[in-house]
Amino acid sequence: MKTNDIILQTVTKITVFVIILFSIHLFFAGHYYPGGGFVGGLMTSGAIVLLLLAFDMKTVANVLPIDYKHLIGLGLLFAVGTGLGGLLFDVPFLTHAFTSVNLPLLGETSLHTAVLFDTGVFLVVIGVTMTIIQTIGEDE
Amino acid sequence: MNNLIIMPILIPLISGVLLIFFSKNIQIQRWGAALSSFITMIVSVMLVQQVKTEGIQTMDVSNWEAPFGITLVSDMLSAMLVLTTSIIAFTCIIYSFRSIGEDRERFYYYPVVLFLIVGVNGAFTTGDIFNLFVFFEVLLMASYVLIVHGGTKIQLRESIKYILVNVISSALFVITVGFLYSVVGTLNMAHISERINAANQSGILTVIAILFLIVFGLKGAIFPLYFWLPGSYYAPPSAITALFGALLTKVGVYSIMRTYTLFFNHDAGYTHQILSVLAILTIIFGVIGAIAFWDVNKIIIYNIIVAVGIILFGVSVMTPTTLAGSIFYLMHDMIIKAALFFLAGVMIAITGTSNLRGFSGLIKRYPGLGWSFFLASLALAGIPPLSGFAGKLLIVQGGFEGERFWGAAIVLMSSLLMLFSVMKVFIHGFWGNPRTFEGEDKVPVGALMVAPFVLVGLSVLYGIGTEVLMPYIIKAAETLSDPSIYIEAVLKE
Repeated sequence: MKTNDIILQTVTKITVFVIILFSIHLFFAGHYYPGGGFVGGLMTSGAIVLLLLAFDMKTVANVLPIDYKHLIGLGLLFAVGTGLGGLLFDVPFLTHAFTSVNLPLLGETSLHTAVLFDTGVFLVVIGVTMTIIQTIGEDE
Repeated sequence: MNNLIIMPILIPLISGVLLIFFSKNIQIQRWGAALSSFITMIVSVMLVQQVKTEGIQTMDVSNWEAPFGITLVSDMLSAMLVLTTSIIAFTCIIYSFRSIGEDRERFYYYPVVLFLIVGVNGAFTTGDIFNLFVFFEVLLMASYVLIVHGGTKIQLRESIKYILVNVISSALFVITVGFLYSVVGTLNMAHISERINAANQSGILTVIAILFLIVFGLKGAIFPLYFWLPGSYYAPPSAITALFGALLTKVGVYSIMRTYTLFFNHDAGYTHQILSVLAILTIIFGVIGAIAFWDVNKIIIYNIIVAVGIILFGVSVMTPTTLAGSIFYLMHDMIIKAALFFLAGVMIAITGTSNLRGFSGLIKRYPGLGWSFFLASLALAGIPPLSGFAGKLLIVQGGFEGERFWGAAIVLMSSLLMLFSVMKVFIHGFWGNPRTFEGEDKVPVGALMVAPFVLVGLSVLYGIGTEVLMPYIIKAAETLSDPSIYIEAVLKE
């Protein structure tokens, strides 16, 4: 018997966007307010998990055709790559740099290479969480 | 400022990450892993040379000065251990080509091995106590994966015990670091050492010293805490056991060496006495295990425990002679244990059993295997021209100078029993009536023998070239016996 999940699915479609927006906010707030790559990534994967609950695995895999194991690798490359950048300028590994840029819409914004490192963390957290959940979910 | 220090950590890390993307292509996996571990080896040689010519190398990661940021420190001891690790990693990867099986290779085997090397090299290089914990976790996570990799029944059972023990010891590690931090208020090792000397004779520091001994003793398998090791190391395939036997316990031993020489000098009469008693008991229980078993792997596994005891006895005496001996013996033991596990792996591949009663007369058809096992056994016991001799000699000599007659005598006696345990393998396995074994023709003995040949050759050279190595070892022992050299290099006062 097929159960009818229309309420769950409709609410999910709306809520997922709110959750993802909140997680992106948390991610970018990390430098000045509580938040950062870890909790941002965890919340993004929370949104994907909600999709998994409301729909089935195949649908979600169609919507988000991502190999999460590669996402882990990509995130690690981001993090290590940011560190390696320091080597180009003859300073120790993981030395960060920042500068203030006047962006058209956002105004005076400080851009920091630590954000790139955080992006790595963000991607690895999503990759690891989703790999764990998918592997357990697909297990028979 | 010196980015060479971090290269032995970074190269395996980057190549491990890159290999994640090509998990199904075995050729890329194999050659990528071999290439990266080879480059790591070359970089480590350069690092040793640099430490030799320019003294202790430090690097403040992300350019924050010493007590505030994380500092990586390469003194002679850590540089040489990194070099030994890289050599073993390279041979292990070569050995894995033909022994580990394609199913395992396809499932992220090489990336995990490389991550293990990241953890080990990092733990040897770091100058920050919490960073040491993090690198311990990196290598432990990788070892959890490797111990269960393949998912046979025995591996599943043993990995549960292994993970349980290590999770508990890691929690204890964090608690201990917490205690230490609440007392000294810093995590940088050089700074901790300075503060402990300034605090002078506080009882809580002695408690912390013993807690560290328990933590690292669980990782490095000393006497009452070695119970998990024989079962866990018995489970995985021989390439992985070799990696574990050569590297993992030695990281624990290195950490005891580091903390007990750098931090806890204030109450040496108490702490080092306990270390000394435990080391001797470790030797005794290790040799009992080594002579009791009729199983090739079990015999070598118990020999790991004996070696841990011998090295720590050298550390507990704390004279420059015994420290040099311990360092000598530590590096020798890493090489020879890997070689012995590789050789045992070849024997098991040929005969299909690790029970000594199940085979005999191997030397008739496999003389190369037989004689290299013979050489490795002699090196293990410490017969003069080979590698185990100089280290044990220095430890015994220092033991007598320090008037630890019982300890030194037990170290001497243990050599005899170690020799007996491995000669038992040689006599029963290689002599006697040649037998034929099912499927032995399919075993690529020639390809498998490359790695053990390299290591046994290295151990012979290590023994013959004692004179060449001595300046390096003495330099390493100097830093250990005089912490102020280390502190000055890190804090740049």
